[in-house]
Amino acid sequence: MDYGLDTKSTRLKTFNTIFIISWLLIACFPFIWTFWGSFKVRADFFSRSDWWYAISAFNTLIETGGKFTTNAYTQAWTEGEFWKASKNTIIVTVFVVSISLFLGTLGAYALSRSTEKYAFWILMAALIFRAMPHITLVSGYLFPFFELQIWGILPTTIVVLVAINQPFTLWLLYSFFKTVPKELDESALIDGCSYFQAFRHIIMPVMWPGVITAGLFSLMLAYNDFTVTALLLNQENHTMVPKIQSYLGTNQHEGNLMWAVSAVVSATAPLFMLIMFFQRQVISGLTAGAVKG
Amino acid sequence: MPNKTFFWFFLPTGLAMILFIGLPIISTGIQSFYAQHDQVVKEVKKCDPFGCTVSIVVDNEETSKIREAKPLGKFNGFGTYTDRNHLAVDEIKKFWNETESFGAFVDQVTNLPFYKALIFTLTYCLFVTPNVLLLGFIIALSLNAVARKIRGPLIFGTILPMIVTPLVGSLVLFWMIDSQGIIGANIQNLMDDPYLSLKSSKTLTWITIIIYGIWHHSPFAFVVFYAALQTVPQEPIEAAIIDGASRFQRIKHIVLPHIYPVVTFVALISLMDNFRVFEPIIGFSAEGSAQSLSWLIYDNLVNEEVILFGSAAATSMMTIIGIAILLAPVLIRTWKEFKTAR
Repeated sequence: MDYGLDTKSTRLKTFNTIFIISWLLIACFPFIWTFWGSFKVRADFFSRSDWWYAISAFNTLIETGGKFTTNAYTQAWTEGEFWKASKNTIIVTVFVVSISLFLGTLGAYALSRSTEKYAFWILMAALIFRAMPHITLVSGYLFPFFELQIWGILPTTIVVLVAINQPFTLWLLYSFFKTVPKELDESALIDGCSYFQAFRHIIMPVMWPGVITAGLFSLMLAYNDFTVTALLLNQENHTMVPKIQSYLGTNQHEGNLMWAVSAVVSATAPLFMLIMFFQRQVISGLTAGAVKG
Repeated sequence: MPNKTFFWFFLPTGLAMILFIGLPIISTGIQSFYAQHDQVVKEVKKCDPFGCTVSIVVDNEETSKIREAKPLGKFNGFGTYTDRNHLAVDEIKKFWNETESFGAFVDQVTNLPFYKALIFTLTYCLFVTPNVLLLGFIIALSLNAVARKIRGPLIFGTILPMIVTPLVGSLVLFWMIDSQGIIGANIQNLMDDPYLSLKSSKTLTWITIIIYGIWHHSPFAFVVFYAALQTVPQEPIEAAIIDGASRFQRIKHIVLPHIYPVVTFVALISLMDNFRVFEPIIGFSAEGSAQSLSWLIYDNLVNEEVILFGSAAATSMMTIIGIAILLAPVLIRTWKEFKTAR
């Protein structure tokens, strides 16, 4: 806090700097280390004898002749069929984000413009739904999906993720639409627009900041999901996160653990880039529900 | 907005939530009263030159026939809820009568799978949630004191642990603290104990998972607190400085009361998320010494031979009841506020 009156002692400043640096180290170092290690062979990154090998690349030099190797990446993406998993992730993410934004904006707009009591109860119900652990829902899905023979395919998973995502999207967009002045669409209604026309012509042009935030969160949910995708998709259709887990499970293969390491880096990098660009929106989204109470 | 318009606007999202959140909860409820069929066995007489033996084998054909006819399984009432893997009513009665001291009784009960998982889940919530609030608040205060220009990159670095999925986050940490990773290997050298590893001790595993939880969730608390700190009014703080209030007093008497509603919000969200902990258990491959309620359900659902729908559903129902108990105070408070507001 830069207050004119608030003079900080040098000791406090030093302490603060040290604290921030150590926290950033704790927060970021694991990722940097994994990124570094993904270019080594397994004997270096998971060294039994000496952890310094991970830096000096002792075994990597012997096995590949260079200090860095991209073997783990090439193998995971081709042999490990990580390309298929990332293709599935892209399909799932694109559909989940667009469908849940479509449903969410309509629903949240209605909620924000309704003065009836049931709007409050719907929001409360959404809060309860938000609290449900996803795995309990999955245990409800599995049996009916087996019976209907819609288990294992991407469309089912997309619809399920959209539904799971709705409560949070509704809350986020509800608090956003509350900040859009009512007079805007009310004047359009007086001019003879229907609610749909008012939504289409008046609200849609101004709703993009809120939609981008909500979209980012849908994207993070769909991209990061493990519970639903691991249990509702068959091997063939696995997205990236369950794929990473499958590399861990079978340890007969020497390369497999390094596949997981490189897959983790491959899956995390795009997400980090995206957040770097949209950092402001993520933060405003996380606080939207909170600051207004 | 007229009711009819509201209905059409809300229909798609409402339908999605009812079909894929509401109905599954009901489906889970129904499934929890059924158990998978017993396998049909038949006697097979096998004769060889040394005589005949009668052995009992599973009749796969008959078993699958029954399964097809009644896929839901046989009706079991509350049987699944009270069996050994869930509430274990009979076992607890037995332990109560047989054990001599109360400590021994507690020991026995906490070894039952459901109670073991419940205790881990509660311990995790109990340790992670307050620490997340504390650490998040301290980071927010500390970052708030840094020059505005460099805050952007610092915030980006801070929120990294939050945006990766728990499975990846726990894997990344696990690869470092594993006995072959950079931190694990060095601790082994430092302690001069080649057998010291995460998997060797239950306490160590629990501590690691709890530390992971704090690492993963603190950024969320940070972000919310940081935004709330921006809204703290300056005048009272300046007045307090003039009156000679120390930094700590200013935080305690002005900043904290101002952001109090946000604190409850973060506590609630983080409690809800912590209660469903299970991916870190897979990431740290800690199934042996730490099991949570969600992990029990997952384990039932990925069972190799027969998926234990009934068992998973019973645990799910009890988890939902647990969530309801956690949420009850908040819901009651909101309802009271809503009533007085009208």
